[in-house]
Amino acid sequence: MKRTDLISPAVIITALLLAAFPLLANAFWLVQIGAQTFIYGIIALGLILLAGYGGMVSLAQMSVAGLAGYSMAIFGLNSAGLGLGWPLPVVIITAIILATIFGTLIGVLSVRTEGIYTIMITLAVATGFFYFTRQNYAIFNGFTGFAGIKAPVIGGYDLRNPVWFYYLCLIFAAFSYLAITHLVRSTFGVALQGVRDNARRMEALGFHVKAHRITAYAIASVLAAIGGILTVWMNDRIDPSSIGVGPAIDILIIAVIGGLGHPVGAFIGALIFTLVDNFAIDLIDRERFNTVIGAVFLFIVLFSPDGVIGWWRRLFKPGSSSARASSQ
Amino acid sequence: MSHDTRQMDRHPIGGSSFALELADVGRKFGSLVALEDISFSVRAGERRAVLGANGAGKTTLFNAITGDFPPTSGRIVFFGEDITHLAVHNRIRRGLRRTYQKSLLFGGLSVLDNLYLAVRGVMDGRFSPQRPRPDDIASTRARDLARFVHLGERADMPVGDLSHGQQRQLEIGMAMAGAPRLILLDEPAAGLSPAERTQLVEMLNGLPGHITFVIIEHDLDVALKVSDKVTVMNNGQLFREGTPDEIRNDQDVQAIYLGGGTR
Ligand SMILES: Nc1ncnc2c1ncn2[C@@H]1O[C@H](COP(=O)(O)OP(=O)(O)OP(=O)(O)O)[C@@H](O)[C@H]1O
Ligand SMILES: [Mg+2]
Repeated sequence: MKRTDLISPAVIITALLLAAFPLLANAFWLVQIGAQTFIYGIIALGLILLAGYGGMVSLAQMSVAGLAGYSMAIFGLNSAGLGLGWPLPVVIITAIILATIFGTLIGVLSVRTEGIYTIMITLAVATGFFYFTRQNYAIFNGFTGFAGIKAPVIGGYDLRNPVWFYYLCLIFAAFSYLAITHLVRSTFGVALQGVRDNARRMEALGFHVKAHRITAYAIASVLAAIGGILTVWMNDRIDPSSIGVGPAIDILIIAVIGGLGHPVGAFIGALIFTLVDNFAIDLIDRERFNTVIGAVFLFIVLFSPDGVIGWWRRLFKPGSSSARASSQ
Repeated sequence: MSHDTRQMDRHPIGGSSFALELADVGRKFGSLVALEDISFSVRAGERRAVLGANGAGKTTLFNAITGDFPPTSGRIVFFGEDITHLAVHNRIRRGLRRTYQKSLLFGGLSVLDNLYLAVRGVMDGRFSPQRPRPDDIASTRARDLARFVHLGERADMPVGDLSHGQQRQLEIGMAMAGAPRLILLDEPAAGLSPAERTQLVEMLNGLPGHITFVIIEHDLDVALKVSDKVTVMNNGQLFREGTPDEIRNDQDVQAIYLGGGTR
């Protein structure tokens, strides 16, 4: 409820740099690093809302994103010729709505639980959905999944062009970031943090704690859906391997590396993750990616449990404690 | 028209002459019977003290009434409405309030933010995507409450930095949010200095007459100064009910009470 930091010099400089990035970068940097960072960031942003501000660690964000991605293939067009070929705006809206319903239902299921049980129940959903898509050929085309889900041309901008795709992702990332940064300080957001710190007390103040939690799941699902749609446009395909347990945990790793204490953590974590993902291969062989990201994860969690932004805060604002309320 | 007045219209004062009626309320924790067949009523506008040794079941009684730990048997009627199976937040929205024996505050938030949440909890707009502004209704009421419990000057302090006595005051301020009709006070004077106790007694006696309260209090002096009627509990059961004078002079009460846990 304090002063806004949306218009600080750091934010303006970052925005300018990001907007100018296409002047310097080649297609690899624009898409594989830039766009991928924004997409991971958007999906992880939902997890930061849930976990950092709501105290609910969900491993199902990637499943929700995946359902949105699959919906793009199923209701739109794909190279397997199995798509329904609906008009693009209808497909996009359907994908977002279906994914949001899915994510909200996951919320309904898991808000009865707390802590480790939330992790387990959402992991169960993620695992179940992964195996379901792999075995179901009628809807999800099983193991193969779908390819040929092309990014569209919108208003004359061909989104298959790396520059335009980069800007598209940047716009959604910026919009999501601003929305969540605003939301966490809104009445809803402050109440959500109250629920995180002391759910019983919030209930005794007149708040419907479950409704607050489920609403947070719904909002996180919209973010996951946006990320899922951008992902299929970027990769031009989707199959079960992109929504398995590995990718589900990657989102948690991203959020924790960046830091759960502020929305910006999602994008910092996403950038570090994406860089390691792309360049670990230069250091050691491909199979060792998990070792590298695991080491980075361990290093950050050991030295700064509140992620890179926690470390940053301690470095530049000594004495300022973390944003988390301690009321236990 | 504010939400609070609408709430009053729905449950008009005087619609029932009782603020609270308990019928055979029981609560078990596993095999432990913490409350057994408690039946009693509190009139609207009455101030009732509940006494009893440690472990007598006083806090459990409050938990049953608010739904924090709902009763395992019996019925609870609040201003004529059966609330036995109502969710906690719905009881609160009907005008039931409580304070906790061990302060349950948001330690990382400021005094004002704690009060803001309390005010917002019983108002519309709990899901508002708008930021609270210093001049909106809820914030204004939160500031009024801070002054009411003598924390006006400390409104922006983190709650963790308040003294024990100030935290107890804040608990009461949070219970005063919105339009309380019945407040359950769980040992509000515990750990207070004599001066703070006097201040508390004054504040309780200064509450508007239409507010009913039930106070659990080990300090007989405080309890008897603020109440019209006293209920004594023992071993999860009702033991005595009477005026402060009757209770003060009751031999049996003195035996269990003084033998039990006067602090
Ligand atoms: N959540 C709970 N789980 C298990 N047992 C409980 C619980 N709450 C209370 N009890 C038990 O119920 C009995 C009554 O406890 P209660 O807290 O109501 O006593 P009290 O009269 O408020 O005592 P005090 O004066 O110490 O506050 C005790 O034996 C206590 O251990
Ligand atoms: Mg007690």
